[in-house]
Amino acid sequence: MKKTKKMDMWVMVSIAILCAYLLFLIYPMFNLLRQSVLTKGGEFTLEYFQKFFGKAYYFSTLWNSLKVSVLATIVTLVIGVPLAYVYNLYEIKGKTFLQMIIILCSMSAPFIGAYSWILLLGNNGIVRKTIRSLLGIKLPSIYGFNGILLVLSLQLFPLVFLYVSGALKNIDNSLLEASENMGCKGVKRFFKVIVPLCMPTILAATLLVFMRAFADFGTPLLIGQGYRTFPVEIYNAFFSETTGGDYGFACATSVIAIVITTVVFLIQKWTSNRFSFTMNALHPIERKKAKGLFNVLIHLFCYGIVGIAFMPQIYVFYESFRKTSGKAFVPGYSLNSYREAFKVAGNAIKNTFVIGLGALVLIVLLAVLVAYLVIRRRNVANGVIDVMSMLPYIIPGSVVGIALIMAFNKKPLILTGTMIIMIIALVIRRLPYTIRSSVATLQQIPITVEEAAISLGSSKAKTFFTITVPMMSNGIISGAILSWVTIITELSTAICLYTVRTQTLTLAIYTFVSRGNDGIAAALATILSLTTVVSLGVFMKVSKSKDVTL
Amino acid sequence: MSVCISIKDAVKKYGNNTIISDLSLEIKEGEFFTLLGPSGCGKTTLLRMIAGFNSIEGGDFYFNDKRINDMDPAQRNIGMVFQNYAIFPHLSVRDNVAFGLKNRKASKEVIQTETDKFMELMHIKEYADRMPDRLSGGQQQRVALARALVIKPDVLLMDEPLSNLDAKLRVEMRTVIKEIQHTVGITNVYVTHDQEEAMAVSDRIAVMNQGDIQQVGTPKDIYQRPANLFVATFIGRSNILPGKLKAAGGKAVLSFDEGFQVELPNVLEQYCKDQDVKISVRPEEFILNASPDAKGLKATIDSSVFLGLNTHYFAHTDSGERIEVVQESQIDSIIPDGTVIHLGVKTEKINVFEAEGRYNLLEGVRNDNVG
Repeated sequence: MKKTKKMDMWVMVSIAILCAYLLFLIYPMFNLLRQSVLTKGGEFTLEYFQKFFGKAYYFSTLWNSLKVSVLATIVTLVIGVPLAYVYNLYEIKGKTFLQMIIILCSMSAPFIGAYSWILLLGNNGIVRKTIRSLLGIKLPSIYGFNGILLVLSLQLFPLVFLYVSGALKNIDNSLLEASENMGCKGVKRFFKVIVPLCMPTILAATLLVFMRAFADFGTPLLIGQGYRTFPVEIYNAFFSETTGGDYGFACATSVIAIVITTVVFLIQKWTSNRFSFTMNALHPIERKKAKGLFNVLIHLFCYGIVGIAFMPQIYVFYESFRKTSGKAFVPGYSLNSYREAFKVAGNAIKNTFVIGLGALVLIVLLAVLVAYLVIRRRNVANGVIDVMSMLPYIIPGSVVGIALIMAFNKKPLILTGTMIIMIIALVIRRLPYTIRSSVATLQQIPITVEEAAISLGSSKAKTFFTITVPMMSNGIISGAILSWVTIITELSTAICLYTVRTQTLTLAIYTFVSRGNDGIAAALATILSLTTVVSLGVFMKVSKSKDVTL
Repeated sequence: MSVCISIKDAVKKYGNNTIISDLSLEIKEGEFFTLLGPSGCGKTTLLRMIAGFNSIEGGDFYFNDKRINDMDPAQRNIGMVFQNYAIFPHLSVRDNVAFGLKNRKASKEVIQTETDKFMELMHIKEYADRMPDRLSGGQQQRVALARALVIKPDVLLMDEPLSNLDAKLRVEMRTVIKEIQHTVGITNVYVTHDQEEAMAVSDRIAVMNQGDIQQVGTPKDIYQRPANLFVATFIGRSNILPGKLKAAGGKAVLSFDEGFQVELPNVLEQYCKDQDVKISVRPEEFILNASPDAKGLKATIDSSVFLGLNTHYFAHTDSGERIEVVQESQIDSIIPDGTVIHLGVKTEKINVFEAEGRYNLLEGVRNDNVG
């Protein structure tokens, strides 16, 4: 429009965000990269990489991680996409309840799922024992590969469900009617029309699930036993008392992890570029009532899946009320675990809220601003911000933690051990997700609405706050829900950064689980779940909608 | 206060792709001016350059004497109506209409009275407190119009405002738009691809094709004396027939391929020489004669459509040209398919173009195109 660039609000926002990214993301990551190729004396070396690729032991952890992540991704798609389809196209009894449960399942920290499945299906698990005594069948072991796959799949399919549900809401009913009119219905329509229309979203969900599965730290730690995966390896290289302290090797391993996730990310990006279009549903899909056997089958499918996924949470809830004596459960019920939990972990609960809310405010603010810059103000600087904001997508949480420690444990800026570094870590890690959901929302808003406001004399800043933000509000709120929940259940970065003073709920639970103190762990896990339920309720009230589209 | 708009040598490029090159245009004060053309001809691009939403790669845009190239869209005092209405979905009808006034820091009373006035004018007062998602397309369009007009803009820009409405509503709304423009007396630039709509509302029309203006004139000018073959075929329906022009003793004689000849009194002197031409005859410019011994262009009827007021005949000439003939419906029977007919032409109405169709050979072509 103008040849002369004026300093408007957005230029300043661009500069501020750019600087923040340079300091808190680019510098630590660059530092990590440097450390991976320098000896303790400061000379260039490739010995850490040689060590990794030279030993089959290290290399196999990589292969393990890839195998379990890819399979988990496939399983989540196979469960999540049909579930979203059935849920959004047919009348399911108790659908609001069902969706609440699905969201809850996605909200629990993965390692709580792992822990609960051990209680259910472990060597002395209640389900295993029941099935063995009733049917005489010996179930395969829950430890190792099977367990990780099970936990990750059940943990992550809700993401696919929620993403695809969101996409289905943007499909105009007339598209479905048109395809039916041309003789394409049922299963054929699902594959020929619905899946292609949801493809951008499905690809986005695929990437998200893969990254989560690949970077997941708590699950393999608890249920993996001998099955070693990559993130655990990185953590051990850095912190382990026996083999740890080899920073160079930890950095090199981190770099390899980033390279892998980058490759996956690029493949996804390349594929999704070929499926990009915008949709705007004038008439959203209306749920139809299914008839006869089909109706029974889809109800069985929905409730079956959700039931299995929710079982661990129920069981943890139940455990939290059992009477304990020391670390062991004894017959009878009591609130003893809760009394103990509040006594020993009250500070952790407070920290969770302080750190979580601080991070959330920053995340939402930054996400909306970045989304706007990226979509509506395309230029070189904002292109750079776009790329940088996506970087944490491909950096496993434990790597972020290690990079931040190494960058900010010395003068001039010492942040290690503070709450600030934990907030920064959470913001860096969660921002890409919230940015993406804001971007998606913004893309749905025709630019003409903003142009209308500007042509009516509204300034750019005013248009943004009075027109764009309110129109994005649903997207922003749902993005905030996802962020909040992932923040309070986050483990892999926090476990690198926490001190006794900044311990959060998830860390406390993890500590008690690993100490075998099941009662307190169950009570804390229940508190965490209840927090998420309440947050969800509040957000639903605020957004005045029963539908939660993440 | 409305303004006249002058555009001089406008250039629009997307990357290396030139959409509009050296386009010039004068739009008069208080005029209902329409940019008409097929999709992709650059009409919306030009409108958005006037609005300030598209960058201008070259040339000058003036409102009266004020150059607006570098002016912020918010400062241009433009009312704009969009194809998708662009109603703010989170604001009530009243708040939508009041939006522009609030930005101008008008007093509460002014906002109240002006909003009421324009909602009344557009007959949407009763929906004042409704949210936009509970309005029909026509009602939304009325809100968009009220919202654009309430700020008393210098120019009202409309980008295909009726294309999302059903046919009946479209006809109704175009009357509304025309009347409102007349009442408010504002310079109006209107974009459409619907030539009937353009004729119905416009004082003057610019016919555009591939980024160039083909002709600027009143609806009557461009319909009756199209400047070139494109305009003749894009505006209304035209039968295009090959033919020859012969100059004999200062008189011009037009001969159709079939040997049928007519004398043309109104060929421009400089074009009055022997040459191949394209003859444009509108369906209603044929004189149909079904008697076997009549004179004229011989043709055979393939089919007919009775539309009440008129009857349309589809026929082919001996050389295979397909033609359409419109006749006021007669009380006796419709001429049966297969009948051989002879067609005369209304010589004062038909148009003759040079062989490539680039210009009209006849007198009376009015083209205000300054480019």
